Amino acid sequence: MKYLDEYRDGDLAQQFAREIHRLTTRPWNIMEVCGGQTHAIVKFGIDELLPKQITLIHGPGCPVCVTPLEMIDKALEIAARPDVIFTSFGDMLRVPGSTTDLLAVKAKGGDVRIVYSPLDAVKLAEQNPAKEIVFFGVGFETTAPATAMAVYQAAQKKLENFSMLISHVLVPPAIEALMSSPNCRVQGFLAAGHVCAVMGYEEYPPIAAKYHVPIVVTGFEPMDILQGILMVVQQLESGRAEVENQYTRAVRREGNSTAQELIRKVFKVMPRKWRGVGEIPQSGLGLNDTYAAFDAEKKFGLADHHVDEPAECLSGLVLQGQIKPHECPAFGAKCTPEHPLGATMVSSEGACAAYYRYRRQPAVAGK
Amino acid sequence: MLGNDSIMQPASDFSLNCPVPISQYPNVLMAHGGGGKLMHQLIGKMFLTAFGNPLLGTQHDSTVVGMPAGKLAFTTDSYVVRPIFFPGGDIGSMAVHGTVNDLAMSGARPLYLSSAFIIEEGLPMETLWRVVCSMRDAARLCGVQIITGDTKVVDKGKGDGLFINTAGIGVVEHQQQIVPQNVQPGDVILINGDLGRHGMAIMALREGLEFESEIESDSAPVADVVLQLLKAGIEIHCLRDLTRGGLASALNEIAEAAGVRIEVVEKSIPVREDVHAACEMLGLDPLHVACEGRFIAFIAARDAERALSILRGHAVGAGAAVIGQVAEKTSPLVILQSAIGVGRILDMPSGEQLPRIC
Amino acid sequence: MCLAIPGKIESISGDDPLSRMGKINFGGIHKQACLAYVPEAKVGDYVIVHVGFALSVVDEEEAHKVFGYLKQMEELAELEDNPGAPLPEPGQT
Repeated sequence: MKYLDEYRDGDLAQQFAREIHRLTTRPWNIMEVCGGQTHAIVKFGIDELLPKQITLIHGPGCPVCVTPLEMIDKALEIAARPDVIFTSFGDMLRVPGSTTDLLAVKAKGGDVRIVYSPLDAVKLAEQNPAKEIVFFGVGFETTAPATAMAVYQAAQKKLENFSMLISHVLVPPAIEALMSSPNCRVQGFLAAGHVCAVMGYEEYPPIAAKYHVPIVVTGFEPMDILQGILMVVQQLESGRAEVENQYTRAVRREGNSTAQELIRKVFKVMPRKWRGVGEIPQSGLGLNDTYAAFDAEKKFGLADHHVDEPAECLSGLVLQGQIKPHECPAFGAKCTPEHPLGATMVSSEGACAAYYRYRRQPAVAGK
Repeated sequence: MLGNDSIMQPASDFSLNCPVPISQYPNVLMAHGGGGKLMHQLIGKMFLTAFGNPLLGTQHDSTVVGMPAGKLAFTTDSYVVRPIFFPGGDIGSMAVHGTVNDLAMSGARPLYLSSAFIIEEGLPMETLWRVVCSMRDAARLCGVQIITGDTKVVDKGKGDGLFINTAGIGVVEHQQQIVPQNVQPGDVILINGDLGRHGMAIMALREGLEFESEIESDSAPVADVVLQLLKAGIEIHCLRDLTRGGLASALNEIAEAAGVRIEVVEKSIPVREDVHAACEMLGLDPLHVACEGRFIAFIAARDAERALSILRGHAVGAGAAVIGQVAEKTSPLVILQSAIGVGRILDMPSGEQLPRIC
Repeated sequence: MCLAIPGKIESISGDDPLSRMGKINFGGIHKQACLAYVPEAKVGDYVIVHVGFALSVVDEEEAHKVFGYLKQMEELAELEDNPGAPLPEPGQT
């Protein structure tokens, strides 16, 4: 595949790795924000190519992982209703709520369907006027333009049987929250490439300046991640703390203005609880008053409730980069992809799932 | 024997060339499984007509056959694929190929199959006939006969169209021990073709994920090429066909059963570009995707080159490749050398494949 | 963050800019994607697609830079050692 496979070249990967080795003189902690980047790092073994002094800390950029427990429970409640067709991205189906998950609701007879795009849910609403179609809108800024367009089109078509359960989250507030935590050891960031393709990277210079951390907007293929790490290391070794763009083939400084416009039209910024982390102010998107009719929480009159995570689940600490998955006592024992305690083990972009799949035995010899 | 090129979808003028023999009833009724006149009509006009052989014609509770000298290989499978018809095959051809291939994995020459149908009330008779004709054609090409069967009909809503259960008998005429426990350090691992076509052909039709593609299922019989390997005196330690769970599952099962560390190289594993693209799009790993006409062979190192050459000379092995080797007898592990040259664990896939979207 | 892959626009349909759709070719697989967010995209362009939406047009010139990056860095390093030598081509943004 063009613009994909050529960024997986083994020789070039080794060259980048050598250059990183050459430049690194001190220990550095670098966080890759995005779950897709975590997945690529673990799947391709990128961290094994790096000098031992570089520690990669896996960030909270897995939207499935950070969807609050209360939101999953609301989804389960809606999905169980007989007049509802509940649509969702595939990843959400096995995320555990307080007592069950969407897959179990489906097995019990709930009409739960995987869709590839939110527009598929709109189509379902047009085709099934006697049913209520609900879409589970989970994701970072990358997904917000898609859900925004779905709501916008539903409004244009005057659909009355369509609504969304929105749980969008924003990256920059999360980075701020992480950096302001006293335990934070992160010294440099690989920012999420596709989030920045939408939003641009103009929000990052104040963060870079305030915390004196280099931030490099990075793509998702091995070559991208290695170049991104190299650019962060270059800055760290020379004491700089700027925002740079590695993913120039897809990201412009100002981002995608049409997408941003529709996001502003449909959504409003609001506080959001991040599963395992807690509430981060101004870190979520929800439907604004103009589109309130499409808000499933309002439509189905779901009360807010508070749920506690199972005590053994340390996914919050994993998401904040405080511990690595295999440092959790439940990892691989009580908690596996077949019976997960938390979302980081369910989502294929979750750090725990990535570690379980590719790193279960610590002493894996690289070639 | 021909490859899967000849096992094609029933042509669009299928109903002209091959009219449904039961025109009175456009749909299967409960009575067609009731043991009475209607069931006998169904068996006679459909199954006996299509599978037509004297053994089946005895219409007895069990069919008695003479067996050639040698050991017996015996297998059973059930087929519940959805949709029933897909690019490159259908539940019927898949049932025949799958059973034949299971027998082939012991190095057996497949001989006889049974076929039991569990039909949901209301299934169009034409659908059943198309499946039966497909099985007839597949059986003919594989050189096997369907000599016994069963017919049940379940209430509407209790059966999802059509399920097929088969059992198969074959004769083992070689002296080798083709079992996982015979896998040894130094064995070379061969695969007969590219991965993931069947799984992605089905995925493309799955509601909510539809995409346009020309990916056809790789459902095909592999018995013939296995027998050729045996005839050439290739020392085969183990064979395993790749179905649900794909290559990753098969390698892990064998590593576990044999107590060995297996090493495979990602770059050597053939995957067609469109299958690769479909997997990227849905966030799936081709190593976890189901295949149907694919198997891996653990061959004694000194015979590996010859085995590869024999595979490549056969229609169903044209894309054969060496993908790895057995490293040592140790706690079971499968290591994959990734595209950028770093080793990592290749795990058993967990649960049902859900497309990774976000 | 979210799975987004590059594909080539083979055809475009729809007049309304907000519901413009493209038939995208991903290595032989075809799927429709909404082009509302890439109004400048035309047939033949590569776009990054996420959940049925093109989010960005691939800048083909930028796409090649990663392959020359290390070489450029080498040249820059040589320049630092030899201040009088000719300048290399412009590097990354």
